[in-house]
Amino acid sequence: MMTVSRRLSNGGQINRDRPLKFKFNGRELSGYHGDSLASALMASGIDVLSRSFKYHRPRGVQNRGFADVSSMVQLCGENESPNILASAQPLYEGLVANSVNCWPSVNFDVGSMLGLCSAMLPSGFYYKTFMWPNWHAFEPTIRRAAGFGTAPKQSPDGRYLSRYDHCDILVVGSGPAGLMAALTAARSGARTMLVDEMAEPGGALRYLHAKIDGESAIHWVQQVVNELQNNNQVTCLWNATAWGYQEGNMVCVAERNSRPSQLLGRNWKIWAKQVILATGAIERPIIFENNDVPGVMLCSAVMDAIGSTAIAPGKKALIFTNNDGAYDLVPYLDAASIEIAGVVDTREADQLSSASMAFAANVEVMPVTSVQKVVRDRTRVRGVVVGPQTLQPTRQRLIECDLVCVSGGWNPCVHLFSQSRGSLRYDDDIAAFVPHQAIQSTHCAGAANGRMTLSGCIDDGVRVGEKVLSQIGIQAPPEQRWNLSDHGITEYRIEPYWSSTTGDRQAKAFVDMAGDVTVFDLRLALQEGFGEIEHLKRYTTNGMGLDQGKTANVNAIGIIAQHLNCHPAEVGTTTFRPPYTPVEFGTIAGSQTDEVVLPYRHTPMTSWHKSQGAIIYEAGARWRRPGYYPHPGETMDDAIARECQAVRNGVGIYDGSPLGKFLLQGPDALKTINLLYTNCFDSLKPGQGRYGVMLNEEGLIFDDGVTFRLDEDCYLLSCSTGGAPAVERKLDKLINAECPELKVLMTPITAQWANATVCGPLARKMLETTKSDIDWSVGALPFMHMQQGTIAGLPTRVFRVSFTGELSFEINVSSRFGLEMWEYLIDVGQRWGICPVGSEANHVLRVEKGFLSLAHEVDGTVDPIDLGLGWIVNFNKADFIGKRAVEVRRKSHPTRQELVGLLPEDAQALIPEGAPIAPDRGQNQSEGFVSACVWSGNCERTIALGLLHNGRARVGETVLAWHDGRSTPAVVTRPVFYDPQGERLKM
Amino acid sequence: MLLVPCPWCGERAETEFRCAGPVKPPRREFVDKDDDAWLEFLYQADNRRGVVEEFWCHEKGCGEWFKLHRNTETHQFVIGNQAL
Repeated sequence: MMTVSRRLSNGGQINRDRPLKFKFNGRELSGYHGDSLASALMASGIDVLSRSFKYHRPRGVQNRGFADVSSMVQLCGENESPNILASAQPLYEGLVANSVNCWPSVNFDVGSMLGLCSAMLPSGFYYKTFMWPNWHAFEPTIRRAAGFGTAPKQSPDGRYLSRYDHCDILVVGSGPAGLMAALTAARSGARTMLVDEMAEPGGALRYLHAKIDGESAIHWVQQVVNELQNNNQVTCLWNATAWGYQEGNMVCVAERNSRPSQLLGRNWKIWAKQVILATGAIERPIIFENNDVPGVMLCSAVMDAIGSTAIAPGKKALIFTNNDGAYDLVPYLDAASIEIAGVVDTREADQLSSASMAFAANVEVMPVTSVQKVVRDRTRVRGVVVGPQTLQPTRQRLIECDLVCVSGGWNPCVHLFSQSRGSLRYDDDIAAFVPHQAIQSTHCAGAANGRMTLSGCIDDGVRVGEKVLSQIGIQAPPEQRWNLSDHGITEYRIEPYWSSTTGDRQAKAFVDMAGDVTVFDLRLALQEGFGEIEHLKRYTTNGMGLDQGKTANVNAIGIIAQHLNCHPAEVGTTTFRPPYTPVEFGTIAGSQTDEVVLPYRHTPMTSWHKSQGAIIYEAGARWRRPGYYPHPGETMDDAIARECQAVRNGVGIYDGSPLGKFLLQGPDALKTINLLYTNCFDSLKPGQGRYGVMLNEEGLIFDDGVTFRLDEDCYLLSCSTGGAPAVERKLDKLINAECPELKVLMTPITAQWANATVCGPLARKMLETTKSDIDWSVGALPFMHMQQGTIAGLPTRVFRVSFTGELSFEINVSSRFGLEMWEYLIDVGQRWGICPVGSEANHVLRVEKGFLSLAHEVDGTVDPIDLGLGWIVNFNKADFIGKRAVEVRRKSHPTRQELVGLLPEDAQALIPEGAPIAPDRGQNQSEGFVSACVWSGNCERTIALGLLHNGRARVGETVLAWHDGRSTPAVVTRPVFYDPQGERLKM
Repeated sequence: MLLVPCPWCGERAETEFRCAGPVKPPRREFVDKDDDAWLEFLYQADNRRGVVEEFWCHEKGCGEWFKLHRNTETHQFVIGNQAL
């Protein structure tokens, strides 16, 4: 394809001494330092940047910066990223980008055939058409056709950071108002931050012709920025988008690295005493047929192309406007030697300001006229059809041109103000919504505040800066003086005019370029009753995509008002929400991912486990513990079966250190424990332990564990590994916040004690051979009792608690002795064939016994009676947490899901955890679920636990577990498969 | 994001805290009331507009629980008669 350079021979803010090479759709191209990707493409004569979202129509540069929502490309290379706006992406050496939404190429796109049958895709089309059998059957195909680039397959090579900061005054936007506000704040000594989304400061001053204090606008910007940057109370951030305004006057700012670097982005959270939003205004288009064809640009985008990047975007231009702002463009076009085909103005001739008339002295002005249609070739404007607003075909006229410069007025950029919960009002003078009442310490200045002239913006920046300083009690600097000359129009007048199309089905007149929403779509939605603006937005997706209301919203409101024959204020605005522009997930997450936020915890014995080849993974609350210890050549199942047999027939040892442990001390310790657990602890003597179930106030099981009385007013409470953080929070809240009158002190000691649990029928014999002063006999140390003493000279607490159903001793030592004790026990145990046991074998052993496990049987919906633990709920107790709730629930004798054992009919069949128990191939409502299913060496078959509706009354019945597209029959039994009398653990 | 005035650590980011809702009257006053009154105590919240006393825990900081007064309309914390 032949292209012509559109670069002007001089002017602009580009550095012609620094050419940059880049690649677009495989073509080697070049631009200059100071270009955006879009301007470099435009300069290279490339009109089509992307294909549109729904109809795959060719799209080029239309707007400036982040408002140019249809210039989306995919950035390739190491830090691949979709959703990059070419107009907002600074060019760098070696940049590689591709168009999105096109196949096989941007110039010949099969998807654009959709445009030919676009009658098929009106608003709500997907909702209406793809209802049967369900949306999900169609979704993958539709998503492929309507993609927004592709998600990168690799993690970026670099990292993201986040930062907090605080300041007196945060100024968002470095245009004329923002610079003046920041300067005023900085000169007073206030801690000031200035952020701007573009790579270079200045906003519109980067292209506007004006002299401020005798300097050209861009020099003035540089002077002000130099002063700010040399002030150590000021922080300036460029390439930094304020994308979210939150409660507490906190603003999120995403700082991008516009060039490849190890630091990809940084998210700032800035709390400011006062925020000044000098976010400017965004020019809006007027809607007409084919208004999306490359070559149709906003007047400000053309001024920017000529003024800041020295590009002539066309050869012959036509201006279409309803306001005076567009007349500023005339001298720019002249300077770039672009022929002017005329000015089509929708207003009466006498409404033009004299300044505008002066600018247009040598140009044909066509008042009370509008552009009705763009005539195009395959990729670009070739002319326009203009005519009177009455749409009489006879009086239409074709004007040849390759550039249409449109201005439908300016929308103050109120996004952040609205996010701060401030209200908006419609201002008839500028035909747009402006900030009304602030809720937080938020102030708008300049164009964002509805000031539409350069002098008004500078003035407003000073005024707001001074006002804000006085509000935080800082003396404003002496009055700021400035003088302005040689600038554009001094008076901004507008007559609202929204659209020249009647919104026929065939006429493609786009309101939202990013989402391909047309005037017809809006009309159809209105006809179908979506008159409420929030409904209409969702039904048509207008302003919901990349646009986020930057250009589409006010036009949609205007068009709706026109159709409903009411005032735009009556239509109202939709809510603006963060983010203002797309923000990468990585930027939001920063470095706070995975282990940085939640580090893993390791027991003191971890090095030993690793040396034995244990497979280690998380077992709740970020504790890593051994799952199993495979011998060479063993499978996971082999290892688990071997470990289980060791515990049932010999002796095993497991690392129980992560078990939650809390010390409760004080005269009210017993009272606290009685409040926490459903059973009564009054009779518990020092040295004794008791199992307890803890409920929440809804009467549902929260945790379980054994509590030992160490001394008169000192109790050691244990809880599940995974539940420990929640138990700690609950205890802490109860003791310190809800019932501060309780005289009890809680100390979490989970990590202070290491626990090696020796279990199995040979456990006592083995421990009797240790060097210890502890009497291991059943008389001296019976089940649910404890002793303190020493083993191998190490101070020890031994508890007789059993989670495996076997004779079991929990040997607790201070964490620093954990490894030493473990290695000693392993050493002594060699003679007895001691076998280290992981959490997988523990799980099998507890299922054989029908012991509870949190997150398996206890899923937050069961009470103790459901699990057959009615005996532990002491209703005679005056009070315990959850008592009233269980009473209320049980009053009506409900039939609930109850814990049962399940024996799959096929003794080898394993049912996945969580499989529903449901008759009729899973089509009917489930009657419960399988909570655990394991291969049991002792039973020589698979066994399972589950919760089953009215389960205890259904022992002997066969039920069906539905999983993997089939049903597995299983017989209901009592939930205990081994030693039902519980004799072995009391040996 | 709010800055929450922890009595021990000073103003810290809201993400470090857990808010556990408004402070209710003491539980013991309702334990013996009839079921309706008890359920009302458990499940009904005033959802008041204005200054409300709440439980907060500086979970990712000092770990302490404390009560704070917060204006639910403006999110301002109030200490004594002083809005922060």
